Amino acid sequence: MSRLRARSAWLPAGIVGGLAATMLVIAGCGGGGGGGSSTEAQKSIGPGEGHLNIICWAGYCENGSTTKGVDWITPFEKQTGCQVNVKVAGTSDEMVDLMRTGQYDGVSASGNATAKLVDGGDVAPVNTALVPNYKTIFADLKDQPYNTFNGINYGIPHGRGANLLMWRTDKVHPTPTSWSVILDPNQAKKYAGHISVYDDPIYIADAAVYLKAHQPSLGITDPYELSSDQFNAAVNLLKQQHPYVGDYWSDFTKQINLFTSGDNQVGTTWQYQYFTLLANKVPVAAPGPSTGFVPTEGATGWSDTWMIAKNAAHPNCMYKWMNYVTSAPVQAQIMQWFGEAPAQSKACDAATVTAADKQLGLPPDPKFCDEYHAADPSFWKRVYFWRVPLADCGDSRGSTCKDYNDWAAAWTQIKG
Amino acid sequence: MEAAGLAAGPQRRKSAGRRLADFFHGHRWRQVAALLALPLAWLVVGYLGSLFGMLISAFWSVDPLSGKLIKTLTLDNFNELRSTSVYHTIAFRTIGIAATVTVTDAVIAFPIAFYMAKIASPSGKGALIVAVLMPLWSFYLVKVYAWQTMLATGGVIDWALNPIGLSSPGYGTTSIWLVESYLWLPYMVLPIYAGLERIPDTLLSASEDLGAKPFRTFRRVILPLAFPAVVAGSIFTFSLTLGDYITPSIISPSTQFIGNVVFTQHTNNLPLASAFATVPIVVMVIYLLIARRLGAFEHL
Repeated sequence: MSRLRARSAWLPAGIVGGLAATMLVIAGCGGGGGGGSSTEAQKSIGPGEGHLNIICWAGYCENGSTTKGVDWITPFEKQTGCQVNVKVAGTSDEMVDLMRTGQYDGVSASGNATAKLVDGGDVAPVNTALVPNYKTIFADLKDQPYNTFNGINYGIPHGRGANLLMWRTDKVHPTPTSWSVILDPNQAKKYAGHISVYDDPIYIADAAVYLKAHQPSLGITDPYELSSDQFNAAVNLLKQQHPYVGDYWSDFTKQINLFTSGDNQVGTTWQYQYFTLLANKVPVAAPGPSTGFVPTEGATGWSDTWMIAKNAAHPNCMYKWMNYVTSAPVQAQIMQWFGEAPAQSKACDAATVTAADKQLGLPPDPKFCDEYHAADPSFWKRVYFWRVPLADCGDSRGSTCKDYNDWAAAWTQIKG
Repeated sequence: MEAAGLAAGPQRRKSAGRRLADFFHGHRWRQVAALLALPLAWLVVGYLGSLFGMLISAFWSVDPLSGKLIKTLTLDNFNELRSTSVYHTIAFRTIGIAATVTVTDAVIAFPIAFYMAKIASPSGKGALIVAVLMPLWSFYLVKVYAWQTMLATGGVIDWALNPIGLSSPGYGTTSIWLVESYLWLPYMVLPIYAGLERIPDTLLSASEDLGAKPFRTFRRVILPLAFPAVVAGSIFTFSLTLGDYITPSIISPSTQFIGNVVFTQHTNNLPLASAFATVPIVVMVIYLLIARRLGAFEHL
């Protein structure tokens, strides 16, 4: 026993030594990364690798498990032999995180993720010549700042839409036409504890869109390029809103449950939740096609892009997927199932739309693309697509704007 | 079978197992080292290593565009935590709830444990232990979601309370307190029960014989002897509530706890999240030091 005692002094020394070694290992790891400009786009597509791992927004990658018959993954698997593994993400930050695990071949990224992924060197340029369906994609979606960097295409456009204002028709009166129902403290008070807000720093842009219309003296031009005083005004507005918020959501199923139970009565949402609730006969409404789905101030929105991972394990399957998912019949299904404007112009052909309706079990809606302003660039001027806020304002103000770190820090403060 | 040459012959080749046994024979510290090497490596590399990795990243920063880590040491994160009042509010809220839950559980658990240890018949005791442990058999998430449903507008709690003019507390701090108290109650009952079991019944009789009324016996004999056990239980209820982020995010997402901030910030700003995560570590270290003082470790 005494020998053991004598030796026990080694124990702490061993722990310290082990820690030091671990520290060295950690410090040594992850020196690489960064800088993605050197990568070149793929030159040709070989045979499929048999598997494909993709990150999607809810409702983009359906395989029949959500609703029977709503399935465009299985036909793809049959055509290409690529077995698809879908991971649904709730926020753009989550998508970036997932891409950085290196486990995924591609992602349906919104504008507030694309720049991060390109700058972080996580994604590769896309050779659009290898995606035949790219030719007929709407021109105003091509070569945009959220999918093209330094003149290089980093993805294939998927579709676009606006974030929705949604309310329970049995609880919310009068019918809202403006974001003030949840952003003007005097009106929001009425629904205290029943307001539902998207849980992401990017929601600060929604407040900026509101202030752009209601406080013109702030001089907000772009909700993602906010100088200090503009940013503070938006943050203060959301701090005033905070006591009335019942739920900050990033899990869409939870939002569906809370609107179903009536605990949530008005808030921001996506088309996916809205149509799911309607299908479940919950009395909800959103600004209709006549007003273009957006409240009077306009709205934030997204324009999504399919991107391919720089070190994708299954690049050929990913290219096949990018072409498949932007083909007219598939786009016609996704746009109607999700409720968004398609990227593929051919998806708007009346025959294609009705064929998709038949497949999804929906009533025929040949005017779908008109209602969603798919080919109406002037409408999209009122929708502010998600982007990464940068210090560089992109105009004469120079580098005085609030960057994403500021947005993220402010978001914690808003939630208190 | 060759039996010759046992002592005089040339050295016989030993089997590997034999050499291994020789290596350890009579070398106590070699035996101990071999026994402890694997668990110790796990503790140092897996457990302390990950903790250390987190602590280091608390001194890094993050690139605003790509969101990637900048691995230059800086105290910015700690300065931000110190200078931004919202982090103080969240830290105190979390510690406050953890303390309230602990007190609540202690108050509820003590009578149950006392009944189990001193009053119930052997079969009743068994049934009660099963009843206390039963909630641990079902998934944590199932229990939290069950509470979410119960607390909903028009849910079970509303249904039960509406006739007497009350209603469900809805989704807020009160609800978190209720759910956390429910979740961790078994971890308080069991140590107190074990602690009370150790008190000999003769002590209680002696107190009675010396003229003490039941309350005095409780206050002067039972409570001092059982207190370390209560502290032992409180380590569980306090630390489990302190670190929980799933219950608040399900029951009341508009109320942020330390865990929620760490969870959301780890995607936006990992270094800041790591820095904030040191707060519960420091709190727990202090708590455990006090608990050791109070003799709780003999009751774990």
